[in-house]
Amino acid sequence: MKHTTRLVATVAAFALALTGCGTSSGDDSDNDGSSSTEEQGGFTAPDVPMADQVGPFEDSLSVLAWPGYAEDGSTDKSVDWVTPFEEETGCQVDVKYFGTSDEAVNLMKTGQYDVVSASGDASLRLIAGGDVAPVNTDLIPNYADVWPFLKDREWNSVGGQMYGVPHGYGANLLMYNTDVVTPAPTSWSAVFDDASSYSGKVTAYDSPIYIADAALYLMETQPDLGIENPYSLDEDQLAAAVDLLKKQRENVGEYWSDYLKEIQSFKTGDSVVGTTWQVIANLAKDEDAPVEAILPDEGATGWSDTWMVQASTESPNCAYGWMNHIISPEANAAVAEWFGEAPANEKACDLTSKGFCETYHAGDEAYAEQIHYWTTPIEQCLDGRTDVTCTTYQDWTQAWTEIKG
Amino acid sequence: MTSQPLPGGGAASPRWGVLHRRPRLRLGLLLGPPMLWLGVLYLGSLAALFITSLWTVDPFGGNIERVWNLDNYRDLFTIDVYRTITIRTLLIAVTVTVIDTLLAFPIALYMAKVASPRLQRALVIAVLTPLWASYLVKAYAWRGMFASGGPLDDLGITPGYGLVATVVTLSYLWLPYMILPMYAGLERLPNSLIEASADLGATTRTTMRRVVLPVLFPAAVAGSIFTFSLTLGDYIAVKIVGGANQMLGNVVYDSFLTGNNLPFAAAVATIPVVTMVIYLGAVRRTGALDSL
Repeated sequence: MKHTTRLVATVAAFALALTGCGTSSGDDSDNDGSSSTEEQGGFTAPDVPMADQVGPFEDSLSVLAWPGYAEDGSTDKSVDWVTPFEEETGCQVDVKYFGTSDEAVNLMKTGQYDVVSASGDASLRLIAGGDVAPVNTDLIPNYADVWPFLKDREWNSVGGQMYGVPHGYGANLLMYNTDVVTPAPTSWSAVFDDASSYSGKVTAYDSPIYIADAALYLMETQPDLGIENPYSLDEDQLAAAVDLLKKQRENVGEYWSDYLKEIQSFKTGDSVVGTTWQVIANLAKDEDAPVEAILPDEGATGWSDTWMVQASTESPNCAYGWMNHIISPEANAAVAEWFGEAPANEKACDLTSKGFCETYHAGDEAYAEQIHYWTTPIEQCLDGRTDVTCTTYQDWTQAWTEIKG
Repeated sequence: MTSQPLPGGGAASPRWGVLHRRPRLRLGLLLGPPMLWLGVLYLGSLAALFITSLWTVDPFGGNIERVWNLDNYRDLFTIDVYRTITIRTLLIAVTVTVIDTLLAFPIALYMAKVASPRLQRALVIAVLTPLWASYLVKAYAWRGMFASGGPLDDLGITPGYGLVATVVTLSYLWLPYMILPMYAGLERLPNSLIEASADLGATTRTTMRRVVLPVLFPAAVAGSIFTFSLTLGDYIAVKIVGGANQMLGNVVYDSFLTGNNLPFAAAVATIPVVTMVIYLGAVRRTGALDSL
């Protein structure tokens, strides 16, 4: 009797589980049917229709953003660029924040969000997954004022077609404790070859994308590996980067992905040298931590964010309205100052506080070219090599687990 | 409507009589909803987990490809790092369980057998109160404790962030789950048995071994199921105080959230499931579950 009940329950469970699978694979084949793909540039982008005009605004807009990218005055009364947009367009904005690029991709795949602020390591994945639509930049008047060197880049466009509007950018810097780390470092070797001097107090960003930082360092120190682009690594190059990071791991005290955690460990001295963002360095200094952040000689990795539109959005007009609003000089300046990054709109620099754009090197193309912006590694080598296949983000994720051990 | 006597009062009884005549139907209706809950939500999701682990994702978009294969399990068994992490996680779980058992025993014994009823109540509340505070608050509090320049550092005994800190934090977090079953078990032990044992000339040691321990053992096993399985699945504490270390939970989290690789995450997640099945099987053999 007891056994019969158990058997029945198990069979029922399996039957239900299988029904569940059946339904979802049905959806999947629908997708395959509609996505007649076309070859564009380095990889195949699914064919998603683009808007050709902006009609009357809908009622609501659901925004998926990095924390601090869509403030409506609830954090700080004076920090508000969502309310003016709502008043101007009548689109009620609903904001959801995410913590990592990977979370953004996951949430965007649910189809519940109309626009997203995607970094370069998320944007290509969204484009390839057919989750975002190409963007008709002619419909966005403020697009004309965006720095030219941010347009038509490999992380925000495919085959010359923009998939969003540039929002702002910044570099991953090298932060160090000025009391402990002497002489002041000028190179990433402080966290790689010389990391053993501060063993147990080195920190690094906890994401597979950090492998690119090692690859960037290898570009300079081991030219015979032939790395041209830190996001385009064949198997041997990835193995070299992994080796370097495994050696670094012996000296790493902890990895950080939560910026508050990094501020705290620099304050207590548990971390004395490692990668950081400008905004973290500023906040740490505000809390009287003896730190300095520099852009090392080898250049750096960084982020360049793009506002993108959900492929299946029900509020396309509000979405275009939002993209135009968020890169307007006023809003773009406000976001850049609040978050701590360089704005994308050159007119924004007239509205930011004095010296702000200089601190963040906004519009300084030479500085911007030193930054290798986060890009999703894919099979087709981004540096143009066709004789090898490159390692993908999945490979990087697995490698990252191995590095941490 | 219902308050009025129905014409020909038997109108309802043939209908309900069906239930009376057919006890199996009655049983089915009674147990149906909970069994459905257990079957669909509980076992169903486990089945979905196993099925997902047999799929893969495409290398770029992170969309699941429903192609049956064992690649995930092959990776899991052939790549050394996963074995290392599994062993590390198991060792942490065992250590936490042992520490909690050793700490909980004297506390539970004192609460159940020595303390006055008033103190007993106060102690139960004291043990339960930490469960009201958020997990994160407690974990971050320990982060502060272990920090350089923190309270433990002032005493000169901080191990720094790492595995030791993880074990201490998890032992602290799960301690109530060990104390409560032990306390409940010991409370069921009549004082007269202990007195009788002493009257018959047994030493304290013998009384412990022959009278207290047999009652305590199933309770400790019940507690260990909590401490062991909770540790096995934990990934947050180790992120906060574990330095650069990772446990199985982190691999699941990273595979899913970072790599968008749900199938591989599902494959990794079967390790704790299988471990717990083996553990429960072993516990059942000892007979500890029968006397609960």
